[in-house]
This record gives sequence, structure tokens and C-alpha cells, in this order.
Amino acid sequence: MHPVTMTVNEVRHELELEPRDLLVHVLREQLSLTGTNVGCDTSSCGACTVLLDGQSVKSCTLLGVQADGATITTIEGLATGGELHPVQQAFHDHHALQCGYCTPGMVMAAVSLIGNREAGDRDSIRAGLEGNLCRCTGYHNIVEAIAEVAGSTS
Amino acid sequence: MSATETWGIGAPLKRKEDGPLLRGRGTYVDNLDLPGTVVMIIVRSPYAHARIASIDTAAAKAAEGVVAVFTGADLRDDWKAAMPCAWPVTEDMKNPEHFPLAVSQVNYQGDGVAVVIADTRAHAVDAAELVDAEYDVLEAVVDVAAAARDGGTLVHEELGTNVSYVWPLESGTFDEDADVIVKHTYVQPPLIPNAIEPRGVVARPEPGGDVTLWSATQVPHILRVLTAATLGMSETKLRVIAPDVGGGFGSKCDVYAEELLAGAIARRLGTPVKWIEERSENALATIHGRDFVTTLELAATADGKITSLRANVIASMGAYLQLVTPGIPLLGAWIYAGPYAIPNYSVTFTGVFTNTTPTDAYRGAGRPEATYVLERTMDLLAKELGMDRLELRRRNFITEFPATIASGLTIDSGDYHASLDRLLEHLGLEELEAEQQARRDRDDVKQIGVGFSTYNEMCGLAPSRILGAIRYAAGGWETATIRCLPTGTFQVVTGTSPHGQGHETAWSQIVADQLGCDPSEVEVLHGDTSISPYGLDTYGSRSLPVGGAALWSAGEKIIEKAREIVAHQLEVSADDLEYEAGTFTVKGSPDKEMTVKGAAWAAFTAHNLPDGMEPNLEATATYDPPNFSWPGGAHAAVVEVDTGTGDARLIRYVAIDDVGTVVNPLIVDGQVHGGITQGIATALYEEAIYDEDGNLANGTMAMYLVPSAAELPSYELDRTESKATDHPFGAKGVGETGTIAAAPAVINAVIDALSHLGVTDIQMPATPERVWRAIEEAKQ
Ligand code: FES
Ligand code: FES
Repeated sequence: MHPVTMTVNEVRHELELEPRDLLVHVLREQLSLTGTNVGCDTSSCGACTVLLDGQSVKSCTLLGVQADGATITTIEGLATGGELHPVQQAFHDHHALQCGYCTPGMVMAAVSLIGNREAGDRDSIRAGLEGNLCRCTGYHNIVEAIAEVAGSTS
Repeated sequence: MSATETWGIGAPLKRKEDGPLLRGRGTYVDNLDLPGTVVMIIVRSPYAHARIASIDTAAAKAAEGVVAVFTGADLRDDWKAAMPCAWPVTEDMKNPEHFPLAVSQVNYQGDGVAVVIADTRAHAVDAAELVDAEYDVLEAVVDVAAAARDGGTLVHEELGTNVSYVWPLESGTFDEDADVIVKHTYVQPPLIPNAIEPRGVVARPEPGGDVTLWSATQVPHILRVLTAATLGMSETKLRVIAPDVGGGFGSKCDVYAEELLAGAIARRLGTPVKWIEERSENALATIHGRDFVTTLELAATADGKITSLRANVIASMGAYLQLVTPGIPLLGAWIYAGPYAIPNYSVTFTGVFTNTTPTDAYRGAGRPEATYVLERTMDLLAKELGMDRLELRRRNFITEFPATIASGLTIDSGDYHASLDRLLEHLGLEELEAEQQARRDRDDVKQIGVGFSTYNEMCGLAPSRILGAIRYAAGGWETATIRCLPTGTFQVVTGTSPHGQGHETAWSQIVADQLGCDPSEVEVLHGDTSISPYGLDTYGSRSLPVGGAALWSAGEKIIEKAREIVAHQLEVSADDLEYEAGTFTVKGSPDKEMTVKGAAWAAFTAHNLPDGMEPNLEATATYDPPNFSWPGGAHAAVVEVDTGTGDARLIRYVAIDDVGTVVNPLIVDGQVHGGITQGIATALYEEAIYDEDGNLANGTMAMYLVPSAAELPSYELDRTESKATDHPFGAKGVGETGTIAAAPAVINAVIDALSHLGVTDIQMPATPERVWRAIEEAKQ
């Protein structure tokens, strides 16, 4: 067991972790933050995407111990005071989710893309979402939602 | 805009379902954390075909945290029936015995042989490694066409054949002397549905022997009946809950081994059992789609009138018959002629066993397989006739409705010319053809092609009598209940089971439109057999065509009872009342009025109801559709092919669909976007690849190419509308249209891009290697 400290959605946690605990399992099982989903076992789907120190990461590819000292935001921490984050709101407005299973990861990836100014046009948005799979929406409305928030030019 | 235009039928109402899903508050099965839960891991066969020599579980049983280990033999007596197949398509269909765990022989890679139950997932995984199973490996049967031939290896020796059934449909005689006959054989490989949420189940034993089963399923009602039968318990003792379900596409329309195992083991151990599928496990253990080899022949006159069609289909069942495996080809049997009037018609299906994952419903189920071979062959025939491919289609479109087609069904409505006209308005075909010519002239390494698919399909499963006639074990009706609550709100209970389709929103719009309320005043309950005891669930684009119609019928019953109440309260004759959007007015006295909500309050207090009338305003309707639902349309794909690398990329996709009345255009467009994407994926990217020993060679998401946003363009959609005359408000199904239409449009486009090089055929998926080889072969 290793002592690990992380701040998740603005709450500081002191945890004892097994070396093999994946970050996604720490979030889901130890912190009961089940909004972050698991969709694969090969780091392919992006359902598990969270923000770690402001950047999107696939939480299934990191060990919990690697997040020692990190600041993490999960989908549960995105809305502030009951208000949806602009990306969440745009997903709602553009019908960018159907079953919702990819949605938490997709939203976190989008927040990071927009924050990094990598969503200037729809082609960049599509390229930036390469690591996030959705089987329901065909991505069309996801791209529209992100383009609206990012003010993409084309 | 009137009020109903902003929220009634036809309004682009934003979804009611979104809030919790956007905030990470979904109720997916894996999020369920019941006290005392133990974790189940399945030990699966690494071989596709083998006898089980021995299984030693001693080391696993002794491992840390392990609660129990069971083999197939240990659990054999827990099953009071074999795993269910609800569609014995012929009287003499061969159906091998199939239990949740194999007892003596494994028949596909991933067939379960044992389960390990432990206190944590980590312990269960570790212990599963210690289960020591020995196998005597047998030769595997993988190739679909070879499986059908006599004298080869048998998947199930006890059956004496690999052929499960032969099912013919014939009407008229094929015109062997026609001016032109084209014939071509198409391979449609197996596909992995890959809903982004893998499957999962939690079974909790309840006091008194009851069981509650939460499952990532499309079919809680069907699952309840068949799980109870397999476990030998009363249906009344089993409650099935489908919580939020992360997509299905047919792959969660089944009764799976793990659901039965969790139920049986929870009863044995007296504690909740949880199983969550790993993605790589999903590639083996969840059904596959397609896997057809089809030879299609079309006969036509020299001026392009198609006179005959003959399809010979060999369809892989995989290793066993799952819930509706043998019936999947039949779901396409009536539409091999698509939107075309072809008088002589013959389709024969041969269902064969192979040592591969069982096949079953995957988006479109039988219809994409039909449309693909038809639309590909339409292009071949046009070429053979020297006729424009769209002109050939137009010459053969069915134009009079209702239309009884050669396969025997009646298409209630449609307008195929209108869809094609609209498609051409959007497409700019002349510019594309000019661009294509310019690239050809300059021998550009990147060539473009345009491909078409004009399609129809039959969905909205299904009229019960027809299902009976084709030997399906259940009916095709759906139910709905509307309860008018005293506070002016409405509670709807539906037998459909959404997993992304937005029924809560669409059903609310229907009630709002019909009974005059705001959609936010409607609560929609679904997916729990103790709340909605009857229902036949969600698959085959049936929810709106059948479940929506049931809801509408319940609404009509509400209006009729409310009319009696209002007449009584206003002291007028019921015949003197006019009804519109929730309000009754008295003819000639427009100041006298009462709403459905007012009637609901009167029915609740019951102070002043007509003599003998039951209090409360509530109605249930069960709707058995008189016909299938017949959407159609015209799609075009524009691809760019790098002739140096063989890389084919979609650059535009234009889809015109006719799905009759649209309840919510946002949701309908979303269904079309998703459907098209799965069709494109079929055409360009996806295939479950088996080696000759039956090993699945690409069974991970890293190897199996589910396309991302980066591979796809934005889509251009529009609609034409011919209302379904066999539906109470004109709606047709939409869930599968895109998948049915898209694959042939894309492959036709790839071939069009390369036709000047002599390429006439490319097998799906059109991977860079296949495209490159096709170009090289054409050069020879
Ligand atoms: S679960 Fe992390 S990438 Fe799929
Ligand atoms: S909304 Fe279902 S996977 Fe994206």
C-alpha cells in the first residue's frame, strides 16, 4: 500500500493504494465517482477521460499512484453551482449524446481541446477527438456542440 | 408558432434524459454497488473447437478471496431448460443443446467453461488464472461457404450436419432467358457490435427465493420470461431492471449465459453477484452480426425492366443459436427487391454452424445484408445494360401504394422518386462528375467516386400473426399506460426499453400533443418489469411504430373517458363536445370548456361522475401493428481514394430519408447520424477476423477499427415525408435506416472512383490493402 494524495473536484483525498490500482478504479470505487466510465481494456475508447492538472488523460492508462499530488476534475466536478458547464450545455442543445456512456469522457476531452485552442475548425475538432469513441451519435452533433463553444470558424 | 409546434409532435425538443447523463449520474449496471456483492469472472475456452478433457479447480478454490468456483458440470442441474432460441424457423431446424457453461465440448473461442466467484475483481481475476482446464483440440470450421458443404468437419457431431436449416421463399419463376442476367457473389463478414458500454449484470437474491436482476439489456421483459424458464423459477419471482444502458444495436437483445449464471449463482450463494464484461471479452462473448455469403442474380429486359430476382444466402449462425439467431436472415427475406417492382422472386437461406461467436441481431439485422447485395447488383446491372445507374433505379421504383410485392407483403406508403429527387438537389452530381473527370484526365493519384443507395426496409417488429406464421415464438405488440394524476400531470408506463433512443422525450411529446400538457408534465417509466409488467422491449426499429402507437391508443381511450366526464360535468351531450389539444368545448357555446386535466381532477375526487363510472382517469392500450413499418430513402456517398496507398476516405455523405411523421427531428437526425456511421464502418473499417483455427485475430478495440470522429465527415441530411397509412399518426421506424442504406452507397462510391481503372468489385471492408489489391489486379 502506498500513501497517495490527490485533489479531486476540489476535495483533497488521502488514500492508501495498491500499486496496481488504476486511476479510473480509484475514482469509481474508492471515491464513488462513477460518472467516469470504462469502455475498453486497451486505452482505445476514451470513456474514462478526466482532466489531470488541466489536461485530458485516459484514467485507465494511469495508475492511481501516478496521480500523487495531482489535481483532477471528473465529469461530476464540471458543473458549477447547479449550472452546466458550457460544453455540457452545448451537448444538450445539439443532441450530442444518446446512450450517454461515452459522454463524460467526450465532454472532458472537449473541455481540454477547447482550453488548448485546438478546436479552431471542425477538422481540428475531429482530429482532436480521435481517442474518444462514440457508437451512437456518429459524432456529427458532438462536433457541432464543440464548434459552438469554441467559436470554430469552419 | 403555436404552442404544440414548440413541444408537440414534430418539435425539436431537447431531451429530458440528458441532465443526469451529462453530469455523470447515469445508472449503468457497473455503477451499482450493493452491500455484500461478490464478483464473477468467466473462464473461457482459448480454443474454438475442443473436447474438455478435465478441469481442475482446486487451486482456484484455495486462492485468496475466492468464494466459489463452478464448472459446467457443477451447474448442469441448475438449468431446467437449455439456453433459449425463440425462433425455430423451420420444423426440422437443428438446434444443438446449449448451456451457460459448456459441459463436455467448447464450440467457439470464448465459450465459457467455469466461473470464479470472489470478494473482489482482482481476486477473481487472479483465481481464474489458476483454473486448470485441459482440452483435446478439434479441427475448427470457420469458412461459411465451406461449412455448408458435405463431408467436412462438423461443429456439432451429434447433429450429423453443419446445416441448421434451409428456408426458401419463392414466388414466380426466374426468367432464365432474359435479355440480361447479372450474377454476383458477395461476402459480408462478421461484425462486432461494440456498444461502448460492455454488457454487465447484477443478480440479487431476495427473501423468499425471489431474484432481482439488473442487466445492460434491451429486453428486460423477454429476459424475465426466459431467465425464469431456464432457472426453473416462477416468472413472478423474478424482477428484471434495465437501468441506463449504454447502447445496444441488437447486441443486448438477447438472453446471455452470464445473466443466467449470475441469477443461478446468486440463488446458490444467497448474496448479490456482479459480472462486468471486459471489452476484449465482449469481442468473443457478445453476439456478432452479419457473416453472410450471398449470390444474387437479377434478370432484366434490354430497356432496364427487372423481371426476376434470385438470392442464395449462406448465413453463419456461429456456434450456437442464440435468442433469434436463425431468424436474422428472415428479417431481410421480403426486401431483397427493395423499392423495386420485381415480379419473380426467390430467396433461399441456408443457416450453418461455424466455430465462431454466435451471430444474432446487429443494427438492421438481415436488412443491411439484403440491401447491400441489391444495391451493389443494381450498379452492376446498369453497367451491363449501358444505362445510367439512377435511371435504372427510377425505371423500377414502386410508385403505387399500397403495393403488394412479390415476396408477399404490402408496403403501405412511400415515394422513392421524391427522395431521389431531393438527394440530387443536395448533391451537385454534375460538379462531382466534372471533378471526377478532371482528376481522371490528369491521372491524379487521388480519385473520387460517387455511390448511391436507394433503399426501403421493413421494420417496426411486428404484426403478431405474421410472426406466428414464420414460427417466431412470441407476438409483436406493445403496451402503454397513461395515468392522469390529480395534479394535472401524467404518468406513462411503456413496454419499450430505451438505451439511447430518447423515449422519455418523444413519448412526452406524443402525450403533450394529444392530451394538451407540457412535456415536462409527463413522467415516463420503463425498463423495470415490476413497473411495466408487459412489454416486448426495444429492437427492430419498433419502439415508435409499435410502442408509440400503443401510447397514442391509450391517449384516445383517455380522451373518450374524459369526454363522458366533461359532458356530465357541463351537463351537455358528449356528442356536442369538440376536442382539441387537451380541451373540450361545447359546440355553439365557446365559453363552456373543460380540459383533460380538469376531467382528471373530477375523476380523482369522484364526487360527480356519471352513474356507474369508475373513478380515476387511466387507460392501458395494447397495440398489435397491422403491418410492418416501411421507411425508405436515397443516400449518396462521395469518397476519395488514394490509388497509391488504397486508402479510401469518405468526403461527403448525403442522406434523404422518409420516415413518415417525425415526432422529434433532433432525435431522428441523431438516429440517422449514428446509423449511417455504422454502415460506413461496415463498408470501410470493420470485420471480425478469424484465423483458420477459429481464433479471433482482432478481438480488442485496439485492433478492431471502430471509427472515430477523425475518420468521418459531417453529414448532410434532409427528409421527404410520406406518412405511414398503417400507423395512427403516420410514423415509421428510423433506428436502422442509416445502417441499411450506407454500406452499399460507400462501396458503390469506392468502385465508382476506380471504375476507369477496371475495378468492378471490392469486398467489405474496403481496407487500404483490399483497395490497393483491387487496383493492382485490374492492371493485370
Ligand atoms: S476505458 Fe480508458 S480508454 Fe477505454
Ligand atoms: S452516446 Fe452512446 S456511445 Fe456515445
